[in-house]
Amino acid sequence: MTSDAARPTPILHGQHLLGIEGLSKQEITDLLDLADSYVELNRQIEKKQSTLRGRTQINLFFEVSTRTQSSFELAGKRLGADVVNMSVGSSSIKKGETVIDTAMTLTAMHPDILVVRHHAAGAVELLAQKVACAVVNAGDGSHEHPTQALLDALTIRRRKKRIAGLTVAICGDILHSRVARSNIILLNIMGARVRIVAPSTLLPPDAEQLGVEVHTSMTEGLRDCDIVMMLRLQLERMQGSFVPSTREYFRFFGLDEDKLAVAHPDALVMHPGPMNRGIEIDSLVADGLRSLVREQVEMGVAVRMAVLDALARNLPGGGNA
Amino acid sequence: MTATPGNGGGNASGGAGNGGGNASGGTGNGGNGGNGGGPVAFVHARLFDPATGLDGDGGLVVRDGLIADLGAHITLDSVPPGMAVVDCGGHILAPGLIDMRVFSGEPGHEHRETLATASHAAAAGGVTTIVTMPDTIPVIDDAALVDYMLRRARDTALVNVAPMAALTKGLQGEVMTEFGLLKEAGAVGVTDGERMVANPLLLRRALAYARDFDLLVVQHTEDPVLAASGVMNEGEVSTRLGLPGIPAAAETMALERDMHLVELTGARYHAAQVTCRASLDVIRAAKDKGLPVTCGVSINHLTLNETDIGAYRTFFKLSPPLRPETDRRAMVEGVADGTIDVVVSSHDPQDPDTKRRPFAEAEFGAIGLETLTSAALSLVHAGEVSLARMIHAMTAAPAQILGFPAGRLATGAPADLVLIDPTFTWTVDPEHLKSKAKNTPFEGREFVGDAIRTVVAGQTVYNRLE
Repeated sequence: MTSDAARPTPILHGQHLLGIEGLSKQEITDLLDLADSYVELNRQIEKKQSTLRGRTQINLFFEVSTRTQSSFELAGKRLGADVVNMSVGSSSIKKGETVIDTAMTLTAMHPDILVVRHHAAGAVELLAQKVACAVVNAGDGSHEHPTQALLDALTIRRRKKRIAGLTVAICGDILHSRVARSNIILLNIMGARVRIVAPSTLLPPDAEQLGVEVHTSMTEGLRDCDIVMMLRLQLERMQGSFVPSTREYFRFFGLDEDKLAVAHPDALVMHPGPMNRGIEIDSLVADGLRSLVREQVEMGVAVRMAVLDALARNLPGGGNA
Repeated sequence: MTATPGNGGGNASGGAGNGGGNASGGTGNGGNGGNGGGPVAFVHARLFDPATGLDGDGGLVVRDGLIADLGAHITLDSVPPGMAVVDCGGHILAPGLIDMRVFSGEPGHEHRETLATASHAAAAGGVTTIVTMPDTIPVIDDAALVDYMLRRARDTALVNVAPMAALTKGLQGEVMTEFGLLKEAGAVGVTDGERMVANPLLLRRALAYARDFDLLVVQHTEDPVLAASGVMNEGEVSTRLGLPGIPAAAETMALERDMHLVELTGARYHAAQVTCRASLDVIRAAKDKGLPVTCGVSINHLTLNETDIGAYRTFFKLSPPLRPETDRRAMVEGVADGTIDVVVSSHDPQDPDTKRRPFAEAEFGAIGLETLTSAALSLVHAGEVSLARMIHAMTAAPAQILGFPAGRLATGAPADLVLIDPTFTWTVDPEHLKSKAKNTPFEGREFVGDAIRTVVAGQTVYNRLE
């Protein structure tokens, strides 16, 4: 690497980013500060950096995701890494190879960073135990999605100038949501007040123990909050198993202007995407002036650049080695 | 408890009163108490309301469909000139009965019963509110159908109709219905009617979801797998008759399982009909734990037992089945001690096509609206249960479970009333029943005591003496 340049300061303590759980307030703050600088970079015409020059990043997606994968791909490329995408359809996973076998195979290719998404909670951590490189969790089952929580935090911090003291209502399918879990942990670390709002069928058991206020009514849960964070409802969960129908869900749990009216007048609306319009969110709100949805996507690339940068600093031969 | 106004505990006329001597009208303009919604005074009554402990001579004034005033101070002399007056002849004036379990033929089986005929039968039985089951064609599993029921009731029914909606789409036990929209449309609870919601995962989620909307879940507690093709209570009688039986355990097991799910979810749960002693132990334990659990029993299971089936009489084929006498007695005790909250008619109209068949092939169900008051009084007369407990289980208790303002004699409450003559003697003749269906298990029975006037929102909808 650019060995003669001033060595960048380390940000993360660990080799991997497997979750928000375990991060300190300082680590999160430093990551967000670094991401802030990448936001500015990404708005330039010349976006290419050489921070990760010579590094190989493999995006290993056991579960298909266009937006998260391209966000990571763009982040790696802008930092100068060689990025390879491996997705389920084109790999040997479908041929019956286990996660660990896949990890061993990939390790032999000497990647520096693995970005992994898997449908099973804990699978990314299992894989991380078997490889020498840095691993980024791009979502494991209903467990964690740390870069989503970081990009949400960055979006909030840039608009509200703070996170501490804000009231954030996370609404929708909390039970199955890794986005919700990562956000709850991060927002608590940063000193926000977190509420979760969902029908009881979509609430995890003992949710209060996560340090949140639990509501089953939108009008109660949204009252005076500063941020409304909507979650995506998967199609297979809205046809009678967890909620009776999409029209009922929209009527009682979908975010529309009526329900938003009880929130703080300056409240902002977020959604990790892709949105189900007319199911969890009304188009008037999704496209309205209070919506941060597009900003979240922009912050996504910057946050992932910061994460890749920070992890690379801890690699052998990296700034921190 | 606190006898509100007047001379509290002293139950004057001893109930008996002077039989037919009270010409319905008294003064005022006619006896229909209606006169287009003007105020009406009911005087010379024994005001009786278990909800408040009221039992004493007095009267009651109705204005705008509500009870405006009541107590000993309301007498014929105190009524202002021009106000319509109904002389109650010293009989018992109680809150109108609320029947939590009525199968309506409408929509889909109008040849058996319509909301209109069911409401006439209800009025004749002293019932001022019927809670209808969703087991119709189509099944009441959509907000638009709840709305339909309410509109039909408004246009055709004499008494209040409070529809319950299906808990699962088409009563198929697979996909839960839209509880929120159904409640907004006016459904007073969700139930799969005469079917049990057997899938525990589905029921768990339904209970959790119902709790969010504070919606009552009513369960038919009979494990369908264990009940299999049984047609009557399993025991000596079924063995002698050569009929497949349903063990009492099918009910108790189902109830026990459900209690765990109630504990898990905190939902308000009502067992529609308990019929055996062991089930009462389950209910008592749940109530001791503080679970939001209530239960009902049908008047049939309080007054009949399995031997009434006799020679394969299909009008006694009920679901759950009639049990042995020991269970019947336990049920009566359950009502007396409050373990059982509610008494229902379980009115289920069937036509000859579905009943005039070999026992095993006949449909379940019996009508019961018109005989509800009389059958209940038969238990009171026999000394098995007090009048107050009996009336409570058909007025204040269901009102509280369903969140109705009716079911009590109190200022501001709906003027839904029943006037009961506990000595009025009559014999059940199916031909004279107002119900379209004639499948009564009380055919030929001589009853002592009946509702002689029924009032809904201040309007007299039934007058036995006219």
